[in-house]
Amino acid sequence: MDIERLVKMANDIAHFFQSEPDHEEAVKGVLGHIQRFWDPRMRKALSGYVDGGGAGLIPLALEAAKRLPKAGQTV
Amino acid sequence: MISTIRWKDLGTPARVSERLVDLEVDGIPVSVPEGTSVLRAAAEAGISIPKLCATDSLEAFGSCRLCLVEIEGRKGYPASCTTPVAAGMVVHTQTRKLADIRRGVMELYISDHPLDCLTCSANGNCELQDMAGAVGLREVRYGYEGENHLDLTKDTSNPYFTFDPSKCIVCSRCVRACEETQGTFALTIDGRGFESKVSAGMNEAFMDSECVSCGACVQACPTATLMEKSVIDMGQAEHSVVTTCAYCGVGCSFRAEMKGNELVRMVPNKDGHANHGHSCVKGRFAFGYATHKDRITTPMIRDKISDPWKQVSWDEAINHAASEFKRIQAKHGRGAVGGITSSRCTNEETYLVQKLVRAAFGNNNVDTCARVCHSPTGYGLKATLGESAGTQDFDSVEKTDVVLVIGANPTDGHPVFASRMKRRLREGAKLIVVDPRTIDLVRTPHVEASHHLKLRPGTNVAVINALAHTIVTEGLANEAFVAERCEAKEFAKWKAFISEARNSPEELQAETGVPAAEVRAAARLYATGGNAAIYYGLGVTEHSQGSTMVIGIANLAMLTGNIGREGVGVNPLRGQNNVQGACDMGSFPHELPGYRHVSDTATRTLFEQSWGVKLESEPGLRIPNMLDAAIDGSFRGIYIEGEDIAQSDPDTQHVTSALEAMECVVVQDLFLNETAKYAHVFLPGSSFLEKNGTFTNAERRISPVRKVMPSLSGKEDWEITVMLAEALGYAMPYKHPSEIMDEIASLTPTFTGVSYAKLEELGSIQWPCNEQHPVGTPVMHIDEFVRGKGRFLITEYVPTEERTSRKYPLILTTGRILSQYNVGAQTRRTFNSMWHDEDRLEIHPSDAELRGIKEGDWAGVRSRSGETVLRALITERVQPGVVYTTFHFPESGANVITTDNSDWATNCPEYKVTAVQVEPVTQPSEWQKRFRSFSEQQQELLEEARETTQA
Repeated sequence: MDIERLVKMANDIAHFFQSEPDHEEAVKGVLGHIQRFWDPRMRKALSGYVDGGGAGLIPLALEAAKRLPKAGQTV
Repeated sequence: MISTIRWKDLGTPARVSERLVDLEVDGIPVSVPEGTSVLRAAAEAGISIPKLCATDSLEAFGSCRLCLVEIEGRKGYPASCTTPVAAGMVVHTQTRKLADIRRGVMELYISDHPLDCLTCSANGNCELQDMAGAVGLREVRYGYEGENHLDLTKDTSNPYFTFDPSKCIVCSRCVRACEETQGTFALTIDGRGFESKVSAGMNEAFMDSECVSCGACVQACPTATLMEKSVIDMGQAEHSVVTTCAYCGVGCSFRAEMKGNELVRMVPNKDGHANHGHSCVKGRFAFGYATHKDRITTPMIRDKISDPWKQVSWDEAINHAASEFKRIQAKHGRGAVGGITSSRCTNEETYLVQKLVRAAFGNNNVDTCARVCHSPTGYGLKATLGESAGTQDFDSVEKTDVVLVIGANPTDGHPVFASRMKRRLREGAKLIVVDPRTIDLVRTPHVEASHHLKLRPGTNVAVINALAHTIVTEGLANEAFVAERCEAKEFAKWKAFISEARNSPEELQAETGVPAAEVRAAARLYATGGNAAIYYGLGVTEHSQGSTMVIGIANLAMLTGNIGREGVGVNPLRGQNNVQGACDMGSFPHELPGYRHVSDTATRTLFEQSWGVKLESEPGLRIPNMLDAAIDGSFRGIYIEGEDIAQSDPDTQHVTSALEAMECVVVQDLFLNETAKYAHVFLPGSSFLEKNGTFTNAERRISPVRKVMPSLSGKEDWEITVMLAEALGYAMPYKHPSEIMDEIASLTPTFTGVSYAKLEELGSIQWPCNEQHPVGTPVMHIDEFVRGKGRFLITEYVPTEERTSRKYPLILTTGRILSQYNVGAQTRRTFNSMWHDEDRLEIHPSDAELRGIKEGDWAGVRSRSGETVLRALITERVQPGVVYTTFHFPESGANVITTDNSDWATNCPEYKVTAVQVEPVTQPSEWQKRFRSFSEQQQELLEEARETTQA
């Protein structure tokens, strides 16, 4: 998958949740949205990208993406 | 439902009153609501009083003098159409004196009317002819030699109907229909006395006037003065079938009037719950595409898109498609294929496509065109109110005091509902329009918006926040409603956010371009003007913050308590006829029918037990994800029913690259559309006239689609999906779409009570229809929200990344026009193109002058995605810095320019904001040249296949 596209999508999601005053809720919001709406191959690609540093992801998106389960892990 | 051609006309409109009035007509006791006319009271008692100028779709006029009656205790002979009933009234409709008067009136009419009944197109369906018979006209004492109108010239300028003034009796029904029903005021009675005549515009031909060809005048005409050309050509129909229009989300009910298997005309159904007897130029007249020569009626296959098509049998085409899908899955994995369904499909068809993908492909890679229009509505309303649907019925507008229209252009996109809205506005309701363009509704005959918030494209959320900020900080919120009906903690959080000064109209006006005072005034009107209803369209959803804006709209309605009763609510105006239905049927990759997430084990188990397969619990790919995955090689086969992504989806060159990258593209459609030019298998679909099923309109109304003629290809679309599923090894043993609906009802809590038998009985049903709501639900969230408590969500304004720059200084926004529909595949193949034969670029005079562009010049439009060329239309309808176009013609390439920016929550494309530069040019763009060449090549490959078969 085009990782630039996925990074932009993750950042767009994070922008929505960014104004949530409770930070933990905001992270869960981003993570939950990605898990509910992204095909596994997209999640896997983002997760793999984060392992390499996740350049371009805004902090909230990066924090949420780091919590994506790795291959073989359950949610 | 097959019915006879004529329906009963009760003379004047129904009145609603709790007080009933008792009277006697010709010795028969009658009881009717207060305010009812004597004419209607008599008709309800089964007594027909002769009439010409009266009809029950229009207010009484009292001009023809045929419906006179005698009323005991009253002098003279009052017109029964304009005389309201009174308690104890004793009415006589048939006396010797009345007969003499009526015969005399008819003599005068007939003395100036052509006596060509036997060759007249209205013969057998003419009220003048009927009345001559009813009054017993036997002679015309005045002769026919006097001054008359018999030589007046016929106006044939409209492609669908003629205006023959020689047959006109000046009853004004057409003029009143144009005013009351349509609200266009294009017709008038010109001249006085004998010179009186119906005139379009300023004595113009119909085509040159403001007439929008809705057909209301034709419908109202009691003679052959205004007559469909199809009736003139074919004669009167002999039977009719009630069905549902296949165009916009209003979902009008029509009677398809037939002669054998040929459609004579479409007549709006007076009993239609969505349209109440009204229509627009598309539904009423633009059905010729269904039998157009471009229809493909034989299945075709080919290995490569550069190969000629080969016409084959259904079995060969289906088996070829199935074997390709199986081959791809065996080699590249179960998730390498998917399907797209369309809002132009019936509910049953859509249900089957998602079932095929889930049960036969074994994945969740299914999506629908709602992805590119109203997917944010589904997300935003579910998150806040608990249900992915509008809250009202259309009739609700009759109780509305303040209409707030945001990012919608109802007179073009939803014309029949717009007429009802305009009627309510003429009655005194106030109007607020939030739109970057001056849409027609802002100022139309006898309607003027109190406030037009002419915002910069892309700043919707800033405006909705400024409106909410005003209401909260000025103490205009309905705090009792919020306290009782909404989640307190979420509201408190939202209130703190929205109250911040940065959300005030003053702080945001530099961003939105809307003066703060205007925003404040509009907010006050919405919050305090009585019943306030929000109607919105794609100008809300097709943005990078589309879902945020829908949430903002729901917040505003909850904040003011404008939800849960008639006259208020949140009303998404759905673009296509079955957007709501396609979404309801589980055609999104994360949801099963009834908006239940695929990860929900209980729901999945329910479907697994019914379908007999194990279902995937992970969400699948959305359309844009499928296209990206095709380019990276993990998605290689697709089944597309009724959708044309190569024209309608953004960033055309990205879409076509993805289609070219796939190994098996199967398109099921009426025509070789833009997507089919990239297909390897073509399965000929059936038009809405050729199949049974249901559509669900913008008000959640499920209406029957009935087969009125045999399918040209021999198969209804649902049968094709069944064949494909079975070739893939998954049995779908349905014999009729009613069985598919029965299955939907058995698996979907909001559809439990829906069946074809109930639709036959009730005419239409608004879901939820179940044990709690056995006849459906016109208004939702009455006592509590579907999710329990309403949920406010924070709507931070995040400017789109698509910003103007020195290189791209203008913002392009896109939209629709009345006469064309969506990608135009249907309407371009009708006479509707006489109103709009190409997409034009609207540009403000100052921007045009700066660039040396004059009216009609070719203008090159360049964005970060691509370039196209359109003819310029210079107008102040757009504001400086903004240009606008439609996307009805593929060669226009409107979506070559649009970008891949999309809504954060749903990936709905940001069609409404693209930074562009516009320059005068002298030739088509490079893309247009390539498009033309490729299209010609594909057309030749199609013609080769046809010629080979004929040989």
